[in-house]
Amino acid sequence: MIVADRKSLKEILAMVEDDKKILIAGCKGCVTVCNTGGLKEVEILASSMKIARKKQGNDIDIDINVLERQCDTEYVAGIKDTVEDYDSVISLACGVGPQFLSEMYKDQTFYPGVNTTFFGGATEHGVWEERCAGCGTCGIHNFGGLCPIARCAKSLMNGPCGGSSNGVCEVNKDIECIWDSIVRKKMDAGKIEDLMGVKGIKNWKTARDGGPRKSIREELVQGNI
Amino acid sequence: MSELKSGSNLEKVLNAGHFAFTGECGPPKGANVTHLKEKLNHLKGKVDAVNMTDNQTAVVRMSSLAGSVLMIEEGLEPNFQMVCRDRNRLAMMSDILGAYALGIRNMLCLSGDHQTFGNHPDAKNVHDIDSMQLISMVKKMRDEGKFLNDEDIDVPPKMFIGAACNPFADPYEYRVYRLANKIEAGADFIQTQCIFNMDKFRDFMKKVVDMGLHEKCYILAGVTPMKNAGMANFMSKFVPGMDIPDSLVKRLKSVDKKDQSEEGIKFALEQVEEFKEMEGVAGVHMMAIEWEHMVPEIAERAGVLPRPVV
Ligand code: SF4
Ligand code: SF4
Repeated sequence: MIVADRKSLKEILAMVEDDKKILIAGCKGCVTVCNTGGLKEVEILASSMKIARKKQGNDIDIDINVLERQCDTEYVAGIKDTVEDYDSVISLACGVGPQFLSEMYKDQTFYPGVNTTFFGGATEHGVWEERCAGCGTCGIHNFGGLCPIARCAKSLMNGPCGGSSNGVCEVNKDIECIWDSIVRKKMDAGKIEDLMGVKGIKNWKTARDGGPRKSIREELVQGNI
Repeated sequence: MSELKSGSNLEKVLNAGHFAFTGECGPPKGANVTHLKEKLNHLKGKVDAVNMTDNQTAVVRMSSLAGSVLMIEEGLEPNFQMVCRDRNRLAMMSDILGAYALGIRNMLCLSGDHQTFGNHPDAKNVHDIDSMQLISMVKKMRDEGKFLNDEDIDVPPKMFIGAACNPFADPYEYRVYRLANKIEAGADFIQTQCIFNMDKFRDFMKKVVDMGLHEKCYILAGVTPMKNAGMANFMSKFVPGMDIPDSLVKRLKSVDKKDQSEEGIKFALEQVEEFKEMEGVAGVHMMAIEWEHMVPEIAERAGVLPRPVV
């Protein structure tokens, strides 16, 4: 899923400091799963903001709405009758949400309430880790099922750099050296030959370097499915 | 004598079977050519080639290409370092052509320390290709006369291709295979990370020799003389991939502070003596960091002078 962290209350308050009536829009997709922008988090943000603004003697009126998904025009359209009633809208969806909203409602201002960080998953309760960088050409089967593009700080494709130490990346001790894991997995399986030879240079055109990407599923476009 | 790939002095020295002795020099943090030339002058005639580092430890300095050219003007032979952190394949290929056009004949292909170590930690890193792929790219440019996209190069760059090897990084058991891959990719010579843990290096070289890698490529053992026990502590803590045994720190501490540099040099000299005899080692890469003026004395005492003229 897409993982995001909520922006600080201070930063969010500063975004809407001149507004009197706002909407906080959550999303039932990834940000609900990673506890950043679901119903609970939307409610918490709304009440914290109200308290803070009350303290400043500058009350704010806040409505909340958790959309099914903010990355789907069908659901984004669901707020069309009320969206212009607000001075502004804070979206707690990933970066896709406030863009879909901005594209549909050109006269309204949408603020990102979260920092979208990565594609990953929860490794334990309350901890999420990056797994994929969306490079557009997945080759993890060549690396024991572990992605060096997303998980090595230098996206190395041919083994660990000279800074790998005790399974830890040179960047800092909280980062696993994924190459250490790839190599150990192959060695334990007696398949060191899989890591011999030079892995070819990557085609980054399928990654963001080729420009914004689009996925077209003809059969769906034509309405056959 | 086999056919020369670049005809650099370093290649000729190694090819003739001499024990090579290379040095290292960091370009200035500015455009201070006078200071750079002063540092280089200490190395003149004392080494076969000098590595010109490329924004080492991710600190911005004068470009290694410009530094290398200034070195040629001073009458020394550069080993032009290139890291994958700061350039994409276009910039790399064009700099390699430029380097060759300006007289550079050796280059060292590296991944590069992560930018968070340096003085612009907020920078975006590149890593379009990795060091292994860089080696094979330079080889392709040289031997096939082609760019990565297979277009012909009008006068290909004939480089003597170097690569780094750190036997002290993990996973240790894999390091010799990584070295084999670099040689397969096209490395003609290897310069190792600074060696302090001699036991481990002896074991590593045994593996290298068992696999016959020393017959496919020249291996230069990395030596850095310690200036004092403080430097040993600092390097062990803050420089990635360093393995500094307690015994060395103890040895440095066992003498008076003012004698610690002499003790550091003695240890380095003992290392050089051992490397001269060690099977598979073709030379020493002396990294006297900001201590270039000591290299003449170290070279003299190491018995590697005069340098062969080939
Ligand atoms: S190889 Fe590319 S697509 Fe596959 S996990 Fe890694 S970044 Fe994602
Ligand atoms: S230490 Fe490991 S994860 Fe970190 S940059 Fe080097 S190879 Fe990549």
